[in-house]
Amino acid sequence: MLSYIVARFGQALAVMLVVTLIAFLVNAFLGDPMVAILGVDSTEAQRWALRRDLGLDQPLAVRFVTFLSDVLHGDFGISYRLGRPVEDVLIERLPATVELAASGMVIAMAVGMPAGVFTALNRDGVASHLMLSASLLGISLPSFFMGVLLIWVFSVSLGWLPSYGRGETVTIGWWRTGLLTIDGLKALVMPALTIAVFQIAMIMRLVRAEMLEVLRSDHIRFARARGLSDRSVYFRHALRNTLIPVITVIGLQLGSIIAFAVITESVFQWPGLGLLFLQSVAAADVSMMSAYLILIAAVFVAINLVVDLLYLAIDPRLRGPSGRERGTA
Amino acid sequence: MNNAAGPQRPADQDVGEEGRRDWFGPLADSDLWHDFVRTPSALFAASILGVFVVAAVVPGWVAPYPVFDLTQIHLIDAFKPPAWLPGGDLRFWLGTDDQGRDMISAIVYGVRVSLFIGCAGVLLAVLIGVTLGLVSGFVGGWVDGLIMRIADVQLTFPAILIAVMIDGLSRAAFGAVDYERLAMGVLIVAIGLSGWVQYARAVRGATMVERGQDYVAAAKLMGLPTRAILWQHILPNVMTSILVIATIHLAVAIILEATLSFVGLGVPPTEPSLGTMIRIGNDYLFSGEWWIAIMPGGALVLLVLSINLLGDFLRDALNPRLR
Repeated sequence: MLSYIVARFGQALAVMLVVTLIAFLVNAFLGDPMVAILGVDSTEAQRWALRRDLGLDQPLAVRFVTFLSDVLHGDFGISYRLGRPVEDVLIERLPATVELAASGMVIAMAVGMPAGVFTALNRDGVASHLMLSASLLGISLPSFFMGVLLIWVFSVSLGWLPSYGRGETVTIGWWRTGLLTIDGLKALVMPALTIAVFQIAMIMRLVRAEMLEVLRSDHIRFARARGLSDRSVYFRHALRNTLIPVITVIGLQLGSIIAFAVITESVFQWPGLGLLFLQSVAAADVSMMSAYLILIAAVFVAINLVVDLLYLAIDPRLRGPSGRERGTA
Repeated sequence: MNNAAGPQRPADQDVGEEGRRDWFGPLADSDLWHDFVRTPSALFAASILGVFVVAAVVPGWVAPYPVFDLTQIHLIDAFKPPAWLPGGDLRFWLGTDDQGRDMISAIVYGVRVSLFIGCAGVLLAVLIGVTLGLVSGFVGGWVDGLIMRIADVQLTFPAILIAVMIDGLSRAAFGAVDYERLAMGVLIVAIGLSGWVQYARAVRGATMVERGQDYVAAAKLMGLPTRAILWQHILPNVMTSILVIATIHLAVAIILEATLSFVGLGVPPTEPSLGTMIRIGNDYLFSGEWWIAIMPGGALVLLVLSINLLGDFLRDALNPRLR
């Protein structure tokens, strides 16, 4: 088991190293920072001088080591597009994305889990069929179009909610939050819903499938035979056993929520990391792109690592000699 | 399609008389057709998808107006609402866009682009995934380890981020002008490279199971080359799961393409897909011309929904465990 944990950490580190290498190569070969920094009118001599000053005339391996150490010190270079240190911009944009992703997730779980339990318990009810059809629609509705629809209905037609931005924000330390003002909350509603819709549909279908699986198993039959109440059977014996896979998937979905946030932020002009990333991609702002790549990779690798290790802690069957295969399969 | 064949799992089948299996044998022997005509949602989905496919393959038959023929488009027709609204024009049932193009015709050509990119992307993903899966499962050893580690790493990142990244990198590498020309190819590559892992895993698993079977040993003894064993004997066993994965992947791929086009990273406006049309229409949402964005969006949702319905049906119908 210890060897598995060590190997798993090693794998995470290796992934990060590979991603950093890719980010470095992107930085080194794509886009010419000289033109961006000095302007198109600069002479060749000026560019060479700057290259030497920045250490860009060194061998590639040396530059990678420098890059790696810079990244480890939190120095991601200067954004070509904004002319500011990349890490400053990232930190400034971070709260908006975290608040958006977190509220989307909370909505998704609050709606998706009860809906999943309900549809599993009332398999053949009319309401269940309606909810299942709705969930298929939720999966088929691209999140950007969901955003467009919401804007059309609630901003253009009804005029209830703002269609872009974060509204009024309050700054606590370095964290700019929109959760403390009415205006900020109103601005949050539609983007959070947009993110939540797909997740609601997914969580609901997952909880339903897991519940159906568990309800078929022997220990549920036994619990019924003991004469336990339906409530106790469903919630204490069935739901609990579905929670492990459900929580795992929800954890992993955090990653995809961040990915969807890229789109949602673009639809609602939400000033978070995702919008920043898209603007950087469109402008081929290479240093920003590679910093985002490393940051996102770090988040994803951390989530995966935690989920894998949690699994190990929760499910004793994975701790055997063959546990590794089952854990990663 | 044979209704009387009864439920038969692909693995139960005998090797054909000539020692060669029909690739789609397991499909033909299943109760697929029998189930299909008795599932209303599948029939509904198939008929809608059928219309879309016909529209995509021969847009001239379906579209009332040629949208690329500039002599047929008049700016005076621009911003006409759908025919049932005040100010609507009976010539244009769903209204016209900002250029005066008929919405129905524009949607038909948009569906064509969306379906083409989606199908090509899925095909690329299948090719990469199946090849790597076969190699990984059959060769094993460090090759298998390497391929599966790459798959693990890739699976940690959502497809949309990988696709945006590939798009951004090619944009930086090719420069804006060349990029416009290559945009469609880049999209297909982005979809293919971001979606191969599922196929590789399914094929690898099946290959590892089949590798040890007697008939594979027999085929080896007969002196068949490895390539022939892989393609003729092992692949048919996984065709059904590949088909199910591919159907659901097609829906995801079309959404992916539309999303990228919507945020301006996809196909250029000169050859609009549904996503590009929604992006253009989005600019007119606030001035009241809602149909320019909502109509193509509705078509997109209908297209994806019908594919998802079919995918659900296929998964249930082809899964022996659910019988």
